[in-house]
Amino acid sequence: MSQKSDNVLDHFNLFRGPEYTNMFENKKKNFEFPLPDEKVEEMRDYTKSWEYRTKNFAREALVVNPAKACQPLGAVFVAVGFEGTLPFVHGSQGCVAYYRSHFSRHFKEPTSCVSSSMTEDAAVFGGLNNMIDGLANAYSLYKPKMIAVSTTCMAEVIGDDLNGFIQNAKEKGSVPAGFDVPYAHTPAFVGSHITGYDNGLKGILEHFWKGKERIPNGKVNFIGGFDGYTVGNLREIKRLFGIMGVDATILADNSDVWDTPTDGQFRMYDGGTTLEDARGALNSRATISMQEFCTEKSLAYCAENGQEVVAFNHPVGVAATDRFLMEVARLSGRPVPADLEKERGRLVDAIADSTAHIHGKKFALYGDPDLTLGLTAFLLELGAEPVHILSTNGNNDWATKVQALLDGSPFGKGCHVYAGKDLWHMRSLLFTEPVDFLIGNTYGKYLERDTGTPLIRIGFPIFDRHHKHRYPVWGYQGAMNVLVTILDKIFDEMDKNSMVAAKNDYSYDIIR
Amino acid sequence: MTKGLRQIAFYGKGGIGKSTTSQNTLAALAELGQKILIVGCDPKADSTRLILHAKAQDTILSLAAEAGSVEDLEIEMVMKTGFKNIRCVESGGPEPGVGCAGRGVITSINFLEENGAYEGIDYVSYDVLGDVVCGGFAMPIRENKAQEIYIVMSGEMMAMYAANNIAKGILKYANSGGVRLGGLVCNERQTDKELELAESLAKKLNTTLIHFVPRDNVVQHAELRRMTVLEFAPNSKQAEEYRKLATKIHANAGKGTIPTPITMDELEDLLMEHGIMKAVDESIVGKTAAELAAEVAA
Repeated sequence: MSQKSDNVLDHFNLFRGPEYTNMFENKKKNFEFPLPDEKVEEMRDYTKSWEYRTKNFAREALVVNPAKACQPLGAVFVAVGFEGTLPFVHGSQGCVAYYRSHFSRHFKEPTSCVSSSMTEDAAVFGGLNNMIDGLANAYSLYKPKMIAVSTTCMAEVIGDDLNGFIQNAKEKGSVPAGFDVPYAHTPAFVGSHITGYDNGLKGILEHFWKGKERIPNGKVNFIGGFDGYTVGNLREIKRLFGIMGVDATILADNSDVWDTPTDGQFRMYDGGTTLEDARGALNSRATISMQEFCTEKSLAYCAENGQEVVAFNHPVGVAATDRFLMEVARLSGRPVPADLEKERGRLVDAIADSTAHIHGKKFALYGDPDLTLGLTAFLLELGAEPVHILSTNGNNDWATKVQALLDGSPFGKGCHVYAGKDLWHMRSLLFTEPVDFLIGNTYGKYLERDTGTPLIRIGFPIFDRHHKHRYPVWGYQGAMNVLVTILDKIFDEMDKNSMVAAKNDYSYDIIR
Repeated sequence: MTKGLRQIAFYGKGGIGKSTTSQNTLAALAELGQKILIVGCDPKADSTRLILHAKAQDTILSLAAEAGSVEDLEIEMVMKTGFKNIRCVESGGPEPGVGCAGRGVITSINFLEENGAYEGIDYVSYDVLGDVVCGGFAMPIRENKAQEIYIVMSGEMMAMYAANNIAKGILKYANSGGVRLGGLVCNERQTDKELELAESLAKKLNTTLIHFVPRDNVVQHAELRRMTVLEFAPNSKQAEEYRKLATKIHANAGKGTIPTPITMDELEDLLMEHGIMKAVDESIVGKTAAELAAEVAA
C-alpha cells in the first residue's frame, strides 16, 4: 500500500494496484448498497431514450450542471483590466477564493482579489465595518491605484449600501478622499458572470464619467466583454488597430495581467487601461462592444452620454470579421489596409482547402450567448451544421438572434436553439439526436465520456488544456485558429477510427 | 430618470395608519393633477388597496415566483391603475417566518427602475413597513431614490419611539446620499396633549409637524369600502384635511432637513416635560411590595 521512494507511483498507476482496487470493491459491496450491474445498465440505457429526454425537458425545479458562473466573477474580470486595480469583493471569503482559483486555473496566472471577509456578525449588523477595515488594509498592504468593489450574495441579501459604505470609509480615512473606489452591486443569484461584467464595467465608467462634461473627440472605445481568450484576442485587436492606425481606448484590458512574463519579478498588477484613459473615454465618439449580451447596460450608458454604440456577437469568421473591420473603418475614418485584405484571403484559402472535411459535419455547441452566436455564424459559414445550440445564460432575445442566423443559411435547417437549458439537457440531446462533435468548455468532457461525442474545447473555462487563451479567435487570424482547432479534432477522430491493423486501417492515411 | 421627479416615502410604526394616510394624501395630490406611482414596500401588500378597490394587489414577488424569475415579468403584469390614474405596484414578500423580505424590496425596486416604471410621472411614493429593520427596507432611502421621508406617527409613546428610530435610519443615509426628513404627519389618536407632543418631537428631530390629521370616522367608512376618503366623500371635512396635507407636501420640495434623532432618555424627558409621564423614583425600582412595606415599617 505504501509508496516506495525508489519508485513513486503517480495517481494514474497507484490506484490501479490490487490493494486499492480491492478496497474500492469492498467499499462498494459493504457500504454503498449497490444494485446489480444489469439494473444500473438498464437505468443508464433509459436515460438515453426519447422518453427520458421528454421528461428531462419538462424539468422545472432543478438545474443540473448549468453552463454559467456568477456575477462577481464577471466584475472581477473587468476590474483586473484597469491599471493598478485591486478587485475588492464585499462579502464572504470563500466566494473570493473561488474567483481567484477559477481564473488561475484557466489563465495559469495568479489573480489578485481581496474580500471584506464578512462573517456572521457582519450578516446581522451589516458590513460597514468590514468595508472600513477592508479598504484600509487593502490600500496600505497592496498599494493599488484603484479599488473596484463588487458584492457577493451575502452582502446583497442583507442589503448593504455600497455607495454609503464607501463614503463612510473615506470619511473614516480608510483611503484618501480622492482615491478611486468605483463599485457595482453584483448579486450572484441574478443573471450570470456576463451580467456581472456589465455591472462592473458600468460602475467604473459611471465613477469616472458622472458629472463630467463631455468634449467629443475622434477616438473609439473598445470593450471585449467576458472572454476566455481575452489575452490573445485583445492583443490581436491591438495589432489590428495598430495596422489600421485607429486611435482607440481598450476598456478593461486584462491581457497583460493574465500573461505576465517569468523574469524574476512578481507583478501584482500589470498593464491595463490607464485611469486617465478610462476618464478620457467619455470623450470618444463611439464605443464598440464585441459582446452585446455582456454589455447591455454599459452600452446604454455610453449612448446616454452621447456616444455612438456598436455591438457585435463575439465575431468569428470571414463575414463577421469583415463587418467588424468595416465598422471600425467607418467609426475611425481609417481604411482597411491591404495587409488585412491579404490575411482575409489567406483565411478564405484555408477554409477552401479543408472544406471537404468540415462540410456537412454536425455540431452541438454550448456557452455564453455571444460566443455561441459567433461560433454558430462561423460553422454555418464553413458549411457545417450547428444542430444543437444551447446557452444557460441565453435569454429569448438571444434565441431569436440565433434562429435568425439558422434561417439565413441552408445549413441551419433542422438545427435548434435552447435558451436557459443546462448540460444535463445537452446530454439528452446528444443521446437522442447524435452529432459528430461537441463544442464547449472543459466541463464538456463529462458529456464526451457519457455520450462518446468528441469534445472540441472552445469557451470558458478551459482548465484541462494549457495556453488556449493565448491564441485569438477574433480577426482573420483568430478565425484561422478556430478552424485549425476544429480540423485537428476531425483528423484525430478519423485516425482513431481507422487505426486497427488489418481491420480498418485501409483508411489510416498519411495524407488527409 | 425623469427630470423633476419627486420621490417621497412614508415610514412609520406598524398600524399607525401609514397606508391610509399615504393613499388619501396621494389621491389628493392626484386631484391636483400630479401623475403618481405608488410602490408598496410592505409584505402585507396593502399600500394600494384603497386606490385600486382591491383586497390585495398581485405583488411583483408573487408573480415572479409564479413565472419563475423576476426576469420573466413584464411591467404591465405588475402595474395596475386605480383612482385618478394613480399607478400602483406592490413589491410583496415571503410568508412570515421565511426568506428575506428586505431583499424582496431591493429586487422589486431594481425591476421597476430597469423596466422604465418611473417614466412620465411626477411623484413616486414608497410606502414602507414599520421601523427601518434591515438594509433592504432602507433601499427606498438610498442614493437616487426617495429624497423626502414623511414619518407618520401619533402621540403614543411607541409611535414616537419608532419615529425617532426612523430618523436614525435617515441620518445614516443623509450624509452619503441626498435623503432628507420631510416632516412628521401626526395621525390623531386622541392621546393627552397630542398636538403639543408631536410639535415638540418634530422640533427635537430638527423637522416640522407638517400636518395634524384629526381623527374622523369617515376614514373607517371609506376604508370598509376599499376607498380613499377623497373618493368616498370628496366634500367631507376629512377630505379637506388630506388636501391640506397634500398641498403642504407639494410645497415642501427641497425643504427637507437632516434629522437629529434623540436618545431614549431624551424621549422620556420629553414625555415628562408635557406631564404625560411622571419622574420615576429610582429608589423604588425593582422592589417588591413586601420589601417596600418592610422599609416603611423600619
